Amino acid sequence: MTPQVFKDILYNGVWKQNTGLVQLLGMCPILAVSSSVVNGVSLGLATAVVMALSGAAIAPIRHLVPNEARIPVFILIIAVLVTVVQFSMNAYMYGLYVVLGIFIPLIVTNCIVLARIEAFAAKNPTLESALDGFAMGLGLTAVLAVLGGIREIIGHGTLLSGIDLVFGEAAKSWVITVVPNYHGFLLAILPPGAFITLGMLIAGKNWLNLRAEQKLKGSNATITPVDGGCAPAAH
Amino acid sequence: MRRTIAKASIVTALNLLFFTVIGTALLAITYQLTHEPIARSEEQEKLRLVTQIAPASLYDNDIIKDTADLAADKFLGNDDTTVAYIGRLKGEPSIAVLQVIAPDGYSGKIGLIISIHSDGKVGGVRVISHKETPGLGDYIEIARSKWITGFDGTSLESIKDSDWKVKKDGGQFDYMAGATITPRAVVKAVHKALQYFAQHRDEIFKPHPPANVQTGQSEGEKK
Repeated sequence: MTPQVFKDILYNGVWKQNTGLVQLLGMCPILAVSSSVVNGVSLGLATAVVMALSGAAIAPIRHLVPNEARIPVFILIIAVLVTVVQFSMNAYMYGLYVVLGIFIPLIVTNCIVLARIEAFAAKNPTLESALDGFAMGLGLTAVLAVLGGIREIIGHGTLLSGIDLVFGEAAKSWVITVVPNYHGFLLAILPPGAFITLGMLIAGKNWLNLRAEQKLKGSNATITPVDGGCAPAAH
Repeated sequence: MRRTIAKASIVTALNLLFFTVIGTALLAITYQLTHEPIARSEEQEKLRLVTQIAPASLYDNDIIKDTADLAADKFLGNDDTTVAYIGRLKGEPSIAVLQVIAPDGYSGKIGLIISIHSDGKVGGVRVISHKETPGLGDYIEIARSKWITGFDGTSLESIKDSDWKVKKDGGQFDYMAGATITPRAVVKAVHKALQYFAQHRDEIFKPHPPANVQTGQSEGEKK
């Protein structure tokens, strides 16, 4: 893998093809778990680990699997890896496991995972596939962090609440109270808040893209529509 | 032609089988490696919850292991048998931690644990699961407000039956405007749990095989 390929995969995963803002895959966890930074980042990282592992596991066996049995085998491998991650979190990060609950097993059905396996790992060498999975997961984590941060500040007036679930009781003091004596803004915490905030983030990214494009080409650029939809496992 | 189709199917099937076997083996290994830490962290979590409402100074037994099975009862609101944790000091029962369900929350069931001293006073109540509206009904969580500590020290004697209501309904208990259904359900559940305890006290505190049989039995029932 040349440094250029490395950079391309990383750039592609984190920014250009960002799962949360451009591909719009895996909306279910994005909307449900992004009510706080800690929840969002935790699920994002768990997804990144699963994506990297499944990329690394599937790329080397891609020539062994007959084309017709491809999807069930891929799903099987993803499901095994997710369960391994779930067991590990249950054993070593119990508090967080309880908070993320059903969304950990649901990583299996998260279409970004299978989509990247189909689009990338099934056609590329192991190292690149692992990196691609991880970069995609990282991009998702970044979106979840920003989304969770905005919703948490507007909804509860705090940042990093629940961090003690990850780092133990001692971390309780890390919680930042941004607005003291805040009464909370319910809308930001409920699912509509997630939709509205995500919409604004997408608009923001498109605006940045447009500006960059205009700088490059002069002033005749137009916004290219984002391709949404969730082919393999919509929910 | 038919040959090759048959052959392809068999190859595909064997391939699937192969990966299934490998996957299952991996899961079995992971399960073996993690099931003990999982059991341990689940126990710790229970102990953490239980010790919040049942101070460790009140018992010297292993409260998580000293349990009584309580059959489903409308006073507990549960549909299945639940486990009560019994604290004993020098073999004598001092406190019981019951799991109860308030079935009539704003959005479904509210799971509670409640500790009751042997004299019938509430040690504390904690919400362990609920789906109430975030920001509105969730002040029943200890992490959000102190409301739930309002039950500490109450008993059937200190508050008469007709006063086990939120203030809006003419009772004793505070509530927050905009979310009355949630505290109403919790107050009702705590009240019913106390009534259940009053009726079943001896049954709950009955010592069972692993506990201290010789001392527990007679003294436990005298009190």
